[in-house]
Amino acid sequence: MAFDESARTCVASAAVSVSTVISAEEAVSHVKTGDTVMVGGFGLVGAPLTLIDALAELSDATDLTVVSNNIGEPGRGLGKLLRQGRIRRGISSFFTSNPEAVAAVNAGEIEATLIPQGTFAEAIRAGGAGIGGFYTPVAAGTLLAEGKEERSIGGVPHVLESPIRADVSLVYAARADELGNLWYRHTARNFNPLMATAATITIAEAGEIVPLGELEPESIATPHLYVDHLVARA
Amino acid sequence: MSDDPKTVIAARAAAELRSGEIVNLGIGIPNLIPGHLGHDTDIFLHTENGLLGVGPRPAEEDIDPDLVDAAKRPVTALPGASYFDSASSFAMIRGGHVDVAILGALQVSEHGDIANWAMPGKDVLGVGGAMDLVVGAKRVVVTMTATTPNGEPKLVRECTFPLTARGAVDVVVTEQAVFRFRDGEMALTELLGDATLEDVERVTDARYAVELEG
Repeated sequence: MAFDESARTCVASAAVSVSTVISAEEAVSHVKTGDTVMVGGFGLVGAPLTLIDALAELSDATDLTVVSNNIGEPGRGLGKLLRQGRIRRGISSFFTSNPEAVAAVNAGEIEATLIPQGTFAEAIRAGGAGIGGFYTPVAAGTLLAEGKEERSIGGVPHVLESPIRADVSLVYAARADELGNLWYRHTARNFNPLMATAATITIAEAGEIVPLGELEPESIATPHLYVDHLVARA
Repeated sequence: MSDDPKTVIAARAAAELRSGEIVNLGIGIPNLIPGHLGHDTDIFLHTENGLLGVGPRPAEEDIDPDLVDAAKRPVTALPGASYFDSASSFAMIRGGHVDVAILGALQVSEHGDIANWAMPGKDVLGVGGAMDLVVGAKRVVVTMTATTPNGEPKLVRECTFPLTARGAVDVVVTEQAVFRFRDGEMALTELLGDATLEDVERVTDARYAVELEG
């Protein structure tokens, strides 16, 4: 991933801070063939299902790298794109929740990068925060550290992990205001606030779009400068 | 008390917890533990998908699709609960703010190494938060039966399954015994139920000291 280049693009797009409400069809037209796409959600909880469906039904973009904790479920969420053969690579902590994803990896149809869940979350956070990498003790001495730099810090082995960024992030929030400030509900928050920060274009699907001033400023988990477009959940 | 091995293990593991502790429970036997806590043991359950203060399972009509645990099962949130994103959740874990992780394992070695995420020769495509939890939690308690369904020991000299972490385990509770790791040495500290030292020896490949606690 061209880290510096996409970081600059992100800054440029953040200058246009007012998010626009667009259709799901227009939203997914931002996803191009070969793109890296982040998709929020823990399984289907907090996943932007309207956007994923639009991507499956109204877009031809293929050869996608998908960054998501799971690859959906069979035929649901990202499982739809998987069945369509449009995912080239998955970056995830748990492919196993979709047996069809496991089968696709084993058949060589998609490439899999498995990352411990906390490292996955932190790598996305780092990607959005302009951090060039970080050392974590997690996975040191295991299969998942193979090929990565290891060094001892305070006598404890650590592994160097790289940030993760995407061309487009698709996230879900229960509420958005007209500027694109996001409010998450319960455990549907999960990876969404992180992914909203780590892409060139962030598209938020909102359960409800409320007038300015209706979200308490203290309760806004994603300030609107991260969000480029809003889509109403179908 | 029931002789069901899982019940014996859950009941004994529950006694490892102290009031006020922040606890993360894995799937399987650890999930039976809340049913074995005394009324005066007030613990706070953390689930890595972003909730501290997990409450009991809801009645069917109260299920909220936005409120699940790390196994994606419906839960409730207790008064005083908080929600947070996944990076914060794992910062709590790695940063040593979670007191105890209780989880199952496929193998634990006599050095406290743990293998609990992948079978050799099978798919290595799902790790979830297992590695983060065993590295980050202040105490790691493993709950597992002493042997596989085929009778093979799960307490071994060296893990042959893909490792989750080295030297991470503090306590192992099986249906027969409690083992503790101190300075990399494994000791049997308690026999459970009718188990004898010979019973334990017969199904344990790992080498351990016997230091029974009164």
